[in-house]
Amino acid sequence: MESNKHFVLGIYDDEDVLLSAVRKVKESGVKIHEVYTPFPVHGLDEELGYKRTRLPIVAFLFGLLGTTLALTMQIWMLGYDWPMIIGGKNFASLPPFIPVTFELTVLLSALGMVGTFMIISNLKPYGKPRLMDKRCTDDKHVMAIDLAKNDLSQDDIKSIIGDSGAQEVNLKDF
Amino acid sequence: MQVTSSVREPLVTGGKTVHDVTEDICRQVEGKPSKSWMLGIAVSLVALLIGAYAVFMLVWEGIGVWGLNKTIGWAWDITNFVWWVGIGHAGTLISAILLLFRQKWRMSINRAAEAMTIFAVICAACFPGLHMGRLWLGFYWALPLPNTFGSLWVNFNSPLLWDVFAISTYFTVSLVFWYIGLIPDFASIRDRATNKISKMVYGTLSFGWDGAAKTWGRYEFVALILAGLATPLVLSVHTIVSFDFATSVIPGWHSTIFPPYFVAGAIFSGFAMVLTLLLIARKLLKLEDYITREHVELMNIIIIVTGGVVAIAYATEFFIGWYTGVEYENYTYMSYGAATGPYAWAFWALIICNIIIPGTLWFKQIRTNFITSFIISIVINIGMWFERFDIIVMCLSRDYLPSSWAMFYPTIYDVGVYVFTLGLFFTLFLLFSKFFPVINMAEVKSIIKSSSSKKN
Repeated sequence: MESNKHFVLGIYDDEDVLLSAVRKVKESGVKIHEVYTPFPVHGLDEELGYKRTRLPIVAFLFGLLGTTLALTMQIWMLGYDWPMIIGGKNFASLPPFIPVTFELTVLLSALGMVGTFMIISNLKPYGKPRLMDKRCTDDKHVMAIDLAKNDLSQDDIKSIIGDSGAQEVNLKDF
Repeated sequence: MQVTSSVREPLVTGGKTVHDVTEDICRQVEGKPSKSWMLGIAVSLVALLIGAYAVFMLVWEGIGVWGLNKTIGWAWDITNFVWWVGIGHAGTLISAILLLFRQKWRMSINRAAEAMTIFAVICAACFPGLHMGRLWLGFYWALPLPNTFGSLWVNFNSPLLWDVFAISTYFTVSLVFWYIGLIPDFASIRDRATNKISKMVYGTLSFGWDGAAKTWGRYEFVALILAGLATPLVLSVHTIVSFDFATSVIPGWHSTIFPPYFVAGAIFSGFAMVLTLLLIARKLLKLEDYITREHVELMNIIIIVTGGVVAIAYATEFFIGWYTGVEYENYTYMSYGAATGPYAWAFWALIICNIIIPGTLWFKQIRTNFITSFIISIVINIGMWFERFDIIVMCLSRDYLPSSWAMFYPTIYDVGVYVFTLGLFFTLFLLFSKFFPVINMAEVKSIIKSSSSKKN
């Protein structure tokens, strides 16, 4: 099968060098496709210009759903569907419903947020990663430049990456 | 640039590089199991099988095979349940609360501690299930499912039902938290795998992780919010477990101090179990550079703090039992009657194991020594089992009517079911330590530059 995507890869072995490299490469007008790292490098997403994720909002909305579901379920079951006097308590009083409401809020919030994270990040069992370089899950940081999305020539990009402090400059086709 | 500090001990010793971390942790997963591991799993499996017979007999015959009587309707089952749930707490505490407090020393120990949480909660969950006797009906009794008795629903006013929701939520959230953390490390193993089976298994487990900066950014948010959600969960679970007792009318049980005191006790026993397991893992898996003396001391300090809270709670219970002047209070688990009565041995076991012996941790030489820490951690676990036994059995053995006072004698099935969960726990933990990365590689790699002993 003929490959249709061509990348220039810069391999770095230090996160501080990587951060300054990202700045340098961007300043020289090269668009970075993505950076792959073995561990979270703080400040990298800001350098790359990524917006803050809205996952906290997702977590809040799922939490709200959990609260509503729990309260509706308890009030309907014990208050309306089959009211029963237990220890002289009211059919549908709020205080005893708080623990279950709290638990379901946390449960739905956590599951909802993690599920959303998996979906938007394309993480799934049997998911085939498009690995630029195997070493990016070991100890190397890999900066990938998509040639199709840049106007500069391959050689120019290679020299910009080389000057930015990369240990190696490689090519990768998909 | 290497940062060294004169006030902080390095968290990773041995001058490790980022690549060394991958090598050291993956070696365990990739290599053949050691002889000590084989021996360990053999012993655990024997315990599991012997225990499984006790569980089978229990389900077949009913809970009459236990030593329960008309006075003592809860004994080893709920003792073990509360003990196991308590042990689970340190895992989530290390991963959630210490993450929020930005404590970097949690990074070498959180993975194993979280695994411990999950396995401990599985063991805990066996007991409420089994003590219902007719296990197969338990679903209708415990979960709000439409059932064959009309549309009769579960009682949401009952702390026992709150427990079901608390434990299952705790288990699910802990499992998700643990798994999310494992994904990047599974990817590391996948990319190093040389044989087909490992490639397939770790390929599946790693969910197609590629280490993209965008995913890492989201991942860190997810971890932070999960920590934020799990933190009140840690506190709520044992609080709710304590409601099983605190909302009742048995002397010694209906105590408002129970929620905070149970939580402190849970963290106390949980950290003791983390220490026991990590000190074994440290030696067997050769993780001396990652689980250092500093880690052991910091965990011991948490044990001192929570043990102190527990000791104050005991003193308060003892004092209030006397001060109220209520005659029934003289037979509760923290009273003069308990210290001198038929269960005095259990009372003193509690005091010695939970206050006197852990009290020696105040000495720096003892809390920084691996052998003494190991012994004390086991003693605390025994002590915390006695605490739950004392609360449950001692308080029930002397109820309002002297004519119904009774003692509890365990049968082999009481012991057998406990052995079953011990076997289950250690089997699961040993399987985890062989096939999963025991240390969170990605997190440890991120602190190598700032907190390792390597000097450039």
